[in-house]
Amino acid sequence: MLELRDVQVAFDGFRALDGVNLTVPEGELRFLIGPNGAGKTTLIDVVTGLTRPAAGSVRFAGQDLVGRKEHQIVRLGVGRTFQTSVVFEELTVVENLDLAASFREPLWALTRRRKGVSEAVAESLARTGLEALAERPAGVLSHGQRQWLEIGMLLAQRPRLLLLDEPVAGMSKDERERTGELLTAIAADHTVVVVEHDMDFLRRHASTVTVLHEGRVLVEGSVDEVSVDPRVQEVYLGRRADDTVGERS
Amino acid sequence: MIKRHLPFATVAVIALVAAPLLLEPFRLGLLAKYLCYAIVALGIGLAWGKGGMLTLGQGVFFGLGGYSMAMYLKLTEAEGGLPDFMVWSGVEELPALWVPFANPVFALSMAVLGPVVLAVVLGTLVFRQRVRGAYFAILTQALAAAMVILLVGQQGLTGGTNGMTNFFELFGQDLAEDSTQRGLYLVVAGVLGVLYLATRQLVNSRYGRLLVAVRDGEDRVRFLGYDPALVKTVTFAASAGMAGLAGALFVPVVGIISPALLGVVPSLELVVAVAVGGRHVLAGAVLGAVVMGYAKTAFSEQFADGWLYLQGALFIVVMTLASKGIAGVAQTVAGRLRSARAT
Repeated sequence: MLELRDVQVAFDGFRALDGVNLTVPEGELRFLIGPNGAGKTTLIDVVTGLTRPAAGSVRFAGQDLVGRKEHQIVRLGVGRTFQTSVVFEELTVVENLDLAASFREPLWALTRRRKGVSEAVAESLARTGLEALAERPAGVLSHGQRQWLEIGMLLAQRPRLLLLDEPVAGMSKDERERTGELLTAIAADHTVVVVEHDMDFLRRHASTVTVLHEGRVLVEGSVDEVSVDPRVQEVYLGRRADDTVGERS
Repeated sequence: MIKRHLPFATVAVIALVAAPLLLEPFRLGLLAKYLCYAIVALGIGLAWGKGGMLTLGQGVFFGLGGYSMAMYLKLTEAEGGLPDFMVWSGVEELPALWVPFANPVFALSMAVLGPVVLAVVLGTLVFRQRVRGAYFAILTQALAAAMVILLVGQQGLTGGTNGMTNFFELFGQDLAEDSTQRGLYLVVAGVLGVLYLATRQLVNSRYGRLLVAVRDGEDRVRFLGYDPALVKTVTFAASAGMAGLAGALFVPVVGIISPALLGVVPSLELVVAVAVGGRHVLAGAVLGAVVMGYAKTAFSEQFADGWLYLQGALFIVVMTLASKGIAGVAQTVAGRLRSARAT
């Protein structure tokens, strides 16, 4: 479904991505980990059109993504969230979701008033558990609720591929747990790529993990395989091989 | 439903029935002038208040509308000859640019389409390059300055610094007659009312939500699959069209159009008026233009030079103490009253 070949990105001589090869098959929940500066976010930026690769190809569902504009890539069915969640604070939760869901409408069709709640919006509300807050402005939401709203906005767009950049960063333990359940539920009918630092979260919810290091793919495999791989422990954790993976980088 | 439209209906009755009956012709003419400015302010409220595009060059669009109308008026009076100022400038043949403006339909269409096309071209170039915020504001202000230089420099084509004045009739009606001026007033008030309702409808639609979203998180909107540049261009063009129409109405009401009426300073004054009235609310923008118009006249009648200082002071006071303007203060008071009544 998503395929990156020899992707290179350089910022002022610094190689953020140095020949990344990555294939994510349809329906998979893939976790992307790596120390700071490994290129995780850059990789998402490349897929979503925010950053142009210097070389290599990015293909999604048979289409070349390189050179397309951000909103065009979204229209192909690729959605993303950001590390710092951006919801529209002056709009209500429902309006945020409705705006996300209406993106395929032509501009003139948007000049009509919203009537009620569409099916996609209602489904997103239910999935993210934000029904009770539907009519409140998004500005009053807590950090965790904002992240869920963002994920809900993605879901309302019915994308084929979701790219989530550190969805549980800064969340409380309960919120992490709920987010993990939400991700597992979403992964049942979507292809999802999650960038995450949190090892504890990873072991609870991840199946397949790709480890990035210095702009390259270091290892790929199940959580168990990856967490005992000596190379991973060396670069990612800076620990001895017999120590278990247990803390955030 | 009725309750929601009550404020608008009240204002409409006062503006359309009470004002023409109660105000003497001179004062009614002044109000008509302020309402023309209010139409521009409505556009600024849409583009800046809702869309976050601080446009300091609405005078350019206002001027395009005004000059289109003035050209038509001059040509009907010249009755096939040359307009007076061209004769004084030694122009011997009617410039080709002027010829189609003898047609009132063309002139009126150009008053709106000219600004719209200019805004679309400018918006497409600027918003695609992701120019925004202060850079966009400076760019529009530079445009206003350039427009004045262009108009002043083309004496034979535009009347130069003096602009165009001495208009006597519009569609066969004597512009000096009180009844004509009252009719013009009603047209201006009607146009403002219709545009206000249409803009309010737009703001309350999904498009309005999208516009606010673009204002508050343009990059995020891009990742929702919308093209912010398109949304901004369309909105900017709508505000430009309103300013153009306002300019076209202004000319027969006030009887003059000149570079001094559309340069940097008048453009800024309108933005200040919108800020004072409250840019986040459309009615605030409209109110701001009318209130500042009246204040300017009242103060200039008393102390000729004092107005500029007062206007500056008022702007500072509003920005520091009540950044949401008169409308914001009104909302706060209404909210307090409601909660006081509830307890």
